Amino acid sequence: MIHTLTLSDLTVSRGERRLFHDLDLTLRAGEVLALTGANGAGKTSLLRAIAGLLRPDAGTVGFQDGDGNPLDERQARGREVHFLGHLDGLKGGRTAREELGFQCDWLGHTQYGLDHAVEAFGLKPLLDLEVRRLSAGQRRRLAMGRLVGSPRALWLLDEPMAPLDARWREAFAEQMQRHLDADGLIVAAVHDPLPLPTRTLDLGALT
Amino acid sequence: MSRRDLDQEPRPPGLRGATRVLLERELDLAWGGGGGPLLACGFFACLTAILPLAAGGDPRTLGPVAGGVAWLALALASLLSLERLFERDMEDGGLDLLALGHLSLEQVVLIKALAQWVAVGLPLALTAPVAALALGLPASLTPLVALTALIGGAGFAFTGALGAALALGAKRGGLLIAVVVLPLFIPPVVFGAGALERAGSDQPVGPALALLCAYVLFAAVIAPFAGAAAVRNAQG
Repeated sequence: MIHTLTLSDLTVSRGERRLFHDLDLTLRAGEVLALTGANGAGKTSLLRAIAGLLRPDAGTVGFQDGDGNPLDERQARGREVHFLGHLDGLKGGRTAREELGFQCDWLGHTQYGLDHAVEAFGLKPLLDLEVRRLSAGQRRRLAMGRLVGSPRALWLLDEPMAPLDARWREAFAEQMQRHLDADGLIVAAVHDPLPLPTRTLDLGALT
Repeated sequence: MSRRDLDQEPRPPGLRGATRVLLERELDLAWGGGGGPLLACGFFACLTAILPLAAGGDPRTLGPVAGGVAWLALALASLLSLERLFERDMEDGGLDLLALGHLSLEQVVLIKALAQWVAVGLPLALTAPVAALALGLPASLTPLVALTALIGGAGFAFTGALGAALALGAKRGGLLIAVVVLPLFIPPVVFGAGALERAGSDQPVGPALALLCAYVLFAAVIAPFAGAAAVRNAQG
């Protein structure tokens, strides 16, 4: 299980523009890192680089277990990392039940986790609807279902709260707290502060 | 979630489990909402019905080219739904989700190509005998038409998946896929039509079938690796 996330000398560009360079960071189990910075500062790119979806120009992203042993990157990402971006991978023509089921099956789930996800995000009345009929907030809650349904140690979240109303923001904050209590790690790009004690990295200030 | 639950290993879908859930999803997406494979079959049938009308129904003009035209129409019909194979998952973030699963991207590309074969290649192979009859091929050849169309369909699916991955992120990707993929469709068209021609003149079809199978195996080995590299490149 991922216990520590280590970024060393990480440099990331999009096209010709260098977003940040020589970023060093260590995040341990139970910690939240809030990424802040203006639009285009590189928050999403950093999340994608950690998830292995974007090749950095230089530097490394490493994962270590509780004893400090490095984990195989490919395996760690395939088993222990959640990435929830603006795009949620949900298919409009399928029902919420099919999509939640597929996403959790694909990522590996426990039955307890799946039931818990439905309960935690109030998904029960949505399950038989087609995803295209859901509102932005309902859709986001459905996408969040996989975070809880498939227990993985590192959550990479891109403005997770944006479409949610106050009630579900609170519910999601509760799930984040549970995740941290269970020795999870969270890196979240945010504009509004998270309702949790966090470490903050201001990407705008790095360049 | 309790600490115990996080410690408890999430039930990993395993190779077979993950293959099954992805295959089921791909087939559901291919058949659900619009019935893409039926459109491909309709297109295939229309093309082969138009030729006798355009060129005249005389068996002497139609007979020698019937096998070749059937294969050309099959290749064109196989192109139709390729655009959505990866583009749809790219647009809605599904590819990011697939990249973070237990399987490698190479396996994902392989499974998607197999699903394309089952969802589109199989119905087209079932339509092929009808198309062949419309073109005036003798009825005794229809089992061979279906068999070669089924084998060739696998080749179309693998090379098609490669083309679809290469065209990711390009504007007017559908057109680009056609231009990239059609030259790669030449060998199965040649071998498939060749098998029909030889059968028509009572020669053994074994060599042509063997070449067709060899092409499919070749495509099945190359496409997952090249396709996965193209997908990674498109992701960033």
